Amino acid sequence: MVIKMAKQYETVIGLEVHVELATKTKIFCGCSTAFGGAPNTHTCPVCTGMPGSLPVLNKKVLEYAVAVGLATNCTITQFCKFDRKNYFYPDNPQNYQISQLYLPICRNGSVEIETETGKKQVGIHEIHMEEDAGKLIHDEWEDCSLVDYNRSGVPLIEIVSEPDMRSAEEVIAYLEKLRMMIQYLGASDCKLQEGSMRADVNLSVREAGTAEFGTRTEMKNLNSFRAIANAIEGERERQIDLIESGQKVVQETRRWDDGKGESYAMRSKEDAQDYRYFPDPDLVPVVVSDEWLAEIKAAQPEFRTEKMARYKEEYDIPDYDIEIITGTKRMADLFEETVKLCGQPKKVSNWLMVETLRLLKEKEMEPEDIRFSPEHLAGLIRLTDEKVINSTVAKEVFEVMFENDTDPEKYVEEKGLKTVSDEGALRKAVEDVIAANPKSVEDYHNGKEKAIGFLVGQTMKAMKGKAEPGMVNRLLKELL
Amino acid sequence: MELRNMTAAGLAAKIKAKEVTVAEAAQEVLDCIEEKESLYHCYVTVDKEAVLKKAEEIQQKIDCGELDGLLAGVPVAVKDNLCTEGMRTTCSSKILENFVPTYSAEAVRNLEKAGMLVIGKTNMDEFAMGSTTETSAFGVTRNPWDVERVPGGSSGGSAAAVAAEECFAALGSDTGGSIRQPASFCGVVGMKPTYGTVSRYGLIAYGSSLDQIGPITKDVTDCAALLEVIASHDEKDSTSVRREDTDFTSALTEDVRGMKIGIPRDYFGDGLDAEVKEAVRRAAGVLEEKGAVVEEFDLSLVEYAIPAYYTIAAAEASSNLERFDGIKYGYRTAEYEGLHNMYKKSRSEGFGAEVKRRIMLGSFVLSSGYYDAYYLKALKVKALIKKAFDDAFAKYDILLGPVAPTTAPKLGESLADPIKMYLGDIYTISVNLAGLPAISLPCGKDTKGMPIGLQLIGDCFQEKTLIRAAYTYEKAGKEHGYKDGKTI
Repeated sequence: MVIKMAKQYETVIGLEVHVELATKTKIFCGCSTAFGGAPNTHTCPVCTGMPGSLPVLNKKVLEYAVAVGLATNCTITQFCKFDRKNYFYPDNPQNYQISQLYLPICRNGSVEIETETGKKQVGIHEIHMEEDAGKLIHDEWEDCSLVDYNRSGVPLIEIVSEPDMRSAEEVIAYLEKLRMMIQYLGASDCKLQEGSMRADVNLSVREAGTAEFGTRTEMKNLNSFRAIANAIEGERERQIDLIESGQKVVQETRRWDDGKGESYAMRSKEDAQDYRYFPDPDLVPVVVSDEWLAEIKAAQPEFRTEKMARYKEEYDIPDYDIEIITGTKRMADLFEETVKLCGQPKKVSNWLMVETLRLLKEKEMEPEDIRFSPEHLAGLIRLTDEKVINSTVAKEVFEVMFENDTDPEKYVEEKGLKTVSDEGALRKAVEDVIAANPKSVEDYHNGKEKAIGFLVGQTMKAMKGKAEPGMVNRLLKELL
Repeated sequence: MELRNMTAAGLAAKIKAKEVTVAEAAQEVLDCIEEKESLYHCYVTVDKEAVLKKAEEIQQKIDCGELDGLLAGVPVAVKDNLCTEGMRTTCSSKILENFVPTYSAEAVRNLEKAGMLVIGKTNMDEFAMGSTTETSAFGVTRNPWDVERVPGGSSGGSAAAVAAEECFAALGSDTGGSIRQPASFCGVVGMKPTYGTVSRYGLIAYGSSLDQIGPITKDVTDCAALLEVIASHDEKDSTSVRREDTDFTSALTEDVRGMKIGIPRDYFGDGLDAEVKEAVRRAAGVLEEKGAVVEEFDLSLVEYAIPAYYTIAAAEASSNLERFDGIKYGYRTAEYEGLHNMYKKSRSEGFGAEVKRRIMLGSFVLSSGYYDAYYLKALKVKALIKKAFDDAFAKYDILLGPVAPTTAPKLGESLADPIKMYLGDIYTISVNLAGLPAISLPCGKDTKGMPIGLQLIGDCFQEKTLIRAAYTYEKAGKEHGYKDGKTI
């Protein structure tokens, strides 16, 4: 009897990550990169490919690309060039994309990731700069396609990893690490949903222990970490099924449909176009001088590891808080700026760790989406410190502030939420409560300390929450 | 002297002295165009009404002292591959027949800033691809010296318009000789400046690394003055150079004493017409008489310039012309099925044969598997040619030779044999490959009465030396000049 052993397969994954850089203007002209303008309003002869127009490199793009390269331990190509990638498509107004093939700005880097199986280095093959394309909108009603060139010429970097990842978990860890570094650099907000960070997954499988790579496919249209994880699982299974049933994996580009949980082929290698790359004669070679490189290096921000160490040193807050707060640049910035304003790290951390995280989760938001300002959070903390409002009211005010970045001081004023500090009025309320609750008073006198809690609650209720609990407590004890 | 016979600088002086108004000068040019256009067909577009209106505006600015430039008030023609805001810019191609740019080329803006009056857009070889102006989609331009002959190209309309007095000066563009060769064929002066001297912003690109805008004029003085007007550093063109020495008219001096002139023997070999050879040698003799030291030498690599040039220029053109796709502007085929078919039909119908030939050639040399063998090798040849010129300029101040192997051929002769036409560029294209400045000026006529051109080549940024030598030669009073030599 022959026992058929199930084969063990290893997944081999490499990523191509496109990141939209946070420059104010486009890569080769002075047009705004801002989102949301009416179609074709952020355009000029250059980014619409008008005859005779010429590109001029935005130096900030180069600076960001070099900064990301340094953060990912790359070698910076100090003499680099732009190349034209030629292909016809209406979203590409010149019918060539200005990109880099022969001399990309960064090469041979690595990023350290940590998963449950431990630490690991993921190699970076290269990082190159390029321009984004416009957007095609199909008008079903008129049955025609329209082009919006507002995104045409928005700067991108493409970070190409080595095929060093072996699981969805590693891929997510790599992406999270990249995202955090780039956010810390301020080079991009890296929002997957909005497309300012996009990842294409190159995946192949091979029998465990084999040295040769299997045939790979490239998966596109992945706009959340969950979709990436799903697509990796799905593609791994699809390839294994093909191999197990004696078929071959075809080298092709596939599109993931996360709703259906499956992918379909877009184009195979046979249809691959010849892009006829050649150096763009309209752009001069880019020279990164030693001095400038040193300047960019010196300007590298404090990354997470250093930040965590400093927080430990400077602020008396729990390690767990430090880990969460430094997890995104948005949180860390908010924390530091608020602390600078109010000088109370513990309280700031509390607001971020408890109420902020709760609301983010409830509203399915990312830390990047936080709207309230450090000034307003500091204001809220001051209101509680000065006992202008009590903690229950503070939570209520925070929710409003979280929603609209409302000024807490104005809000409290307008809504009349201030704690009643008029002792006469409060004394009257306490006397009323004592009179109305003889049973509890008796319990208290009989040594049931807990009974006072009930009386405090009754008083607060009578004061519509606007009393300072400490004061109520003091008055109760005094009058009992 | 009639108004139309004046040089641009001469006219500007009269306007400044209030002896002639800008409107009179404009009207004179429009009358000339009216009389002669049916014969020569120098222009693709002339907007008479706009010209006269603009003339009044310029006059007012001159009167109130706002404009007092070298050539203020002078009517000028512009090659139809330079964008002009609000004025149709066609590149003499059907694909851009109705294209009206939303902005003006930097060189055109410089003309306007200097108070020059743009008369219209001159005919050219389609997308500047050709040496005869016969590949224009809007009909050939004829040589004013003999209407049975071509004016040269690709800036044939500009050169013919200057020769025929249909304008006082013109702008051309030169990728492989497209200013110098038609200037030579039409008996006028033309200059290709050092690459980067005139902004290419708004010049509809043919071969971006070789293209340069330059003046076509009646004499050397006008050439220096017009170059001074259009040269500028432009942040919109990454290849633009910041120069402090663009006061080119300061070089208009008769002095070549001690100037070392090298004559490349390679430029006098097989294929050079005997009469052209004779005239160019005579010109060298004139400069020698004036005190220059003339010497022959071997430049080398000349035979490799043509294949290298056609590889590089065609490669860049194949990519530069991709934007003409029927989507955003220009010609779109009437009927099509789907996007791909629309691209194919629009481009097949919109481009002429020579343009398609070069797009195919360029696409081929860039295609995967051939890139190293053709494009990369051509770039290496380009570097070697530059090196050969560097060596020559270590010994000589300028180089002297013919512009073209022959005088203007008859209409229809060249297109029948494109290889032969390409070979006609042999003396001009290495200058573009090396990014050098060079001037073409008349140095006599052949027995058929057709003008012969003398070419002076300078080292990078040495336009002033060229202007000095050319001015000295011109002042020596040898047979030269422009003249309406119509033979009908």
